[in-house]
Amino acid sequence: MANPSPKRRARERAASLLALPATLFLAVFFVLPLARILLYALDGRLLLQADTWERVGRALGFTVYQAALSTLLTLVVGVPLAFLFARYEFPGKRLWRALLAVPFMLPTVVVAAGFNAFLGDRGWLNLTLMRLLGLGAPPVRFTGTLTAILVAHVFYNTTLVVRLLAHALEHLDPHLEQAARMLGADGGKVLRHVTLPLLRPSLLAATALVFLFDFTSFGVILLLGGPTFATLEVEIYVQGMHLLNLPLAALLSVVQLLCTAALSSLYSHLLPRIVTPFSLRPAEANLRAPRRWGEKLFLLSSLALLVALFLVPMTSVPFRSVARLEAARGERGEVRYGLTADYYRELFLNRRSSLFYVPPLAAARNSLAYALATVLLSMALGTPAAIALARRGQVARTLDALFMLPLGASAVTLGLGFLMVFRRAVTSPWLVPLAHTLIALPLVIRTLQPALASIPPRLQEAARVLGASPWRAWWTVEWPILWRASLAAATFAFTVSLGEFGATLLLARPEYPTLPVAIYRFLSQPGGLNYGQAMAMTTILMAFTTGGILLIERLRPPASTEF
Amino acid sequence: MLEVVNIHKTYEGQPLLTGVSFAVARGETVCLLGPSGSGKSTLLRIVAGLEEAEEGRVYWEGEDITHVPPHRRRMGMVFQDYALFPHLTVAENVAFGLRMQGWSPQDQRARVREVLERVRLSGFENRRVTDLSGGEQQRVALARALAPRPHVLMLDEPLGALDRALREELLEELRGILRASDVAAIYVTHDQEEAAAVADRILILHGGKIVREGTPFEVWNDPGSLWVARFLGVGNILFGECRPGSGSPALKTPLGVFPLSCPHCHEPGTRIAAILRPSAVEESADGEIRSRVADVLFQREHFRVSLENGLYVFFPRAPQIGETVALRLRAPLQCVGE
Repeated sequence: MANPSPKRRARERAASLLALPATLFLAVFFVLPLARILLYALDGRLLLQADTWERVGRALGFTVYQAALSTLLTLVVGVPLAFLFARYEFPGKRLWRALLAVPFMLPTVVVAAGFNAFLGDRGWLNLTLMRLLGLGAPPVRFTGTLTAILVAHVFYNTTLVVRLLAHALEHLDPHLEQAARMLGADGGKVLRHVTLPLLRPSLLAATALVFLFDFTSFGVILLLGGPTFATLEVEIYVQGMHLLNLPLAALLSVVQLLCTAALSSLYSHLLPRIVTPFSLRPAEANLRAPRRWGEKLFLLSSLALLVALFLVPMTSVPFRSVARLEAARGERGEVRYGLTADYYRELFLNRRSSLFYVPPLAAARNSLAYALATVLLSMALGTPAAIALARRGQVARTLDALFMLPLGASAVTLGLGFLMVFRRAVTSPWLVPLAHTLIALPLVIRTLQPALASIPPRLQEAARVLGASPWRAWWTVEWPILWRASLAAATFAFTVSLGEFGATLLLARPEYPTLPVAIYRFLSQPGGLNYGQAMAMTTILMAFTTGGILLIERLRPPASTEF
Repeated sequence: MLEVVNIHKTYEGQPLLTGVSFAVARGETVCLLGPSGSGKSTLLRIVAGLEEAEEGRVYWEGEDITHVPPHRRRMGMVFQDYALFPHLTVAENVAFGLRMQGWSPQDQRARVREVLERVRLSGFENRRVTDLSGGEQQRVALARALAPRPHVLMLDEPLGALDRALREELLEELRGILRASDVAAIYVTHDQEEAAAVADRILILHGGKIVREGTPFEVWNDPGSLWVARFLGVGNILFGECRPGSGSPALKTPLGVFPLSCPHCHEPGTRIAAILRPSAVEESADGEIRSRVADVLFQREHFRVSLENGLYVFFPRAPQIGETVALRLRAPLQCVGE
């Protein structure tokens, strides 16, 4: 409306008041830290030093290199899988698709621990090979290599390629390819001249998105590659936390932010073009069972890949948490192989009298407390903000863009900013849940807002006209829609907090570690017992997050299962 | 000549086509007519090579092409939704088949110009196909199918998505284009007026088989079976007992005894069905059919009058509802079988 009525404008202003708490929160905990980072980075001495730019350039170069390589590999794996899911009907398809989707939301420590338990020096593959072949050293070198980083990135992001591409493929009019064949194009030419050109926007969007995630990846690189693989993100952490060179860390953060801003604007530029201008077909029209032997071979090899790349790493953790395959530290003589519950039992014992040693149980308790605080904070801030956003209008659009901003900053950058602003409060246990809230808030709002917007005002009116009191109308009309969305949003916040690694690693006090931080510490310590306990903790974390993911999937309205 | 021999096909376990055979000569347009779900489109897709039949063969000029893949059959296809490539311009769409056949760019340009002229779309070369109207898209689809000079042109409900006025206009154009080209055309439709307008020959598909074949005139005037008569809606269907009359046979029906024209020989007393065409009656004071008028509907060249005895007839005047009319048959009933 060009000229909104005063009444309407007043209502809009009242609605935007609801967004005030969240806006203030963002100002203090997001804008302020970023401003501080910028101030630190604008350090004349630092900027004029020649080797500053050499270091930034090296980190940036390696970040781009590994992200490009990871993205390429993800496409190589993801594109054929997208064709498989979009074109063929086969038994257990929904399950396979779910298997592919789970990794995307798993905490990085879980993923890293999964690959470690499978292919690491102390993973079951190496230990079994050593035992069978009588080797003194692990035959498979995986952790600490670039390969490990690449494989984990493929593991994480394949689902993005499959989702974006399979959606486009499923809804492509099958008559287009048939028309091309009738006009003399063989299979390869159909792909080259018709199918791929039509998929180009989706393909580009998927590439941009995967590259963005690979570019800002932190936990996977630190945990599987080690600090020698200095991406921007790892370098910010190392410079900020280990070498205490805050200006350089800040400069790296600014470079990182500029890159992600450029990438996300590229992505949002591509996204509207995915909505194809031609008629969409129902997904079933393109589906059929594989018939020729080539198709069957394709199906079988794809499923084998899914098992090797997705199922085995994920199941390796629980397996390794109950399988004794190596000696505990200090243990002599024959190693007792076999199943054991020791690793879980040990979680409850404090064998060391070290002052800094924190028993795993305490870490779990911290994680739980932080997660609950995050849920309370992000729901308290997010619900009124989502209500404000659900009213359409110019104010709502501006606020929407504001609230999504934290998604663009990496977790390590957020952590760094917190450290710089709240230096005096750095011992406070509140920093971690505040940082988690900052990360969870956009997701909470994004989950609540569509549900709120989907409640048509006419529904309330209709209920009132039919004789319902305002309270009854709210209870019968809005509550059933709202509780699902609220539970989903709360679960989202809980899961994000539980698994968050980057910011927590910077902010958690040594005596208050969370589960992911504890897992990171235990993984890097020698001895079968420590490793086993890391696996046991990872299994518990995995169970919680997988449960959360499944709950969110169930609570989502059926229409939005594809994006 | 295209020959299709003894095609069998099942769909989700149900037999869909059970031994379909037909032939189409060069320059001839054949219409496949049938209700939806009768397997017309599937039959077309089998001829095109987009689907495989469980049994049966397809020949072109005597050569077996049953297992030739679609891109080497030199057949053109116009889809109901046109299936234009949305990422290409009008000219690029039309040139697609030429490009696949490796024509030189100059030849492609010349041919595209020629074909677009024929479908009256000159000057549309650089337009985006998504910006065209339905009728224009339909013409681009036709031009694209015709450009590589296919041996066989297949049209699957090509006018199905257009409104009535546009359909009639395009139908006339289509006839001209098909007549001018030397292509063997198969036209699939469920609309009998469209079929009558475009076809040299009509094939009616029912129960997995071709149940009637002939020119539109032949099929309309002699449906040959009760099902075809009902499907085409040629007139009232009367059931009765066959009676050898004095000289010519007659049919005893609940409405009276009427003369019957019948090519078959039935035993006296056999129950048969016969057509009473709504235009084959006239008002006559001593007419043997008497009934009250239930409804009157104006239909341009006549009034369609529904009677209380269940018949409908065409009248040159509009009778009053409730008025009793007396009718006389101008022609004998037409037997359509037992």
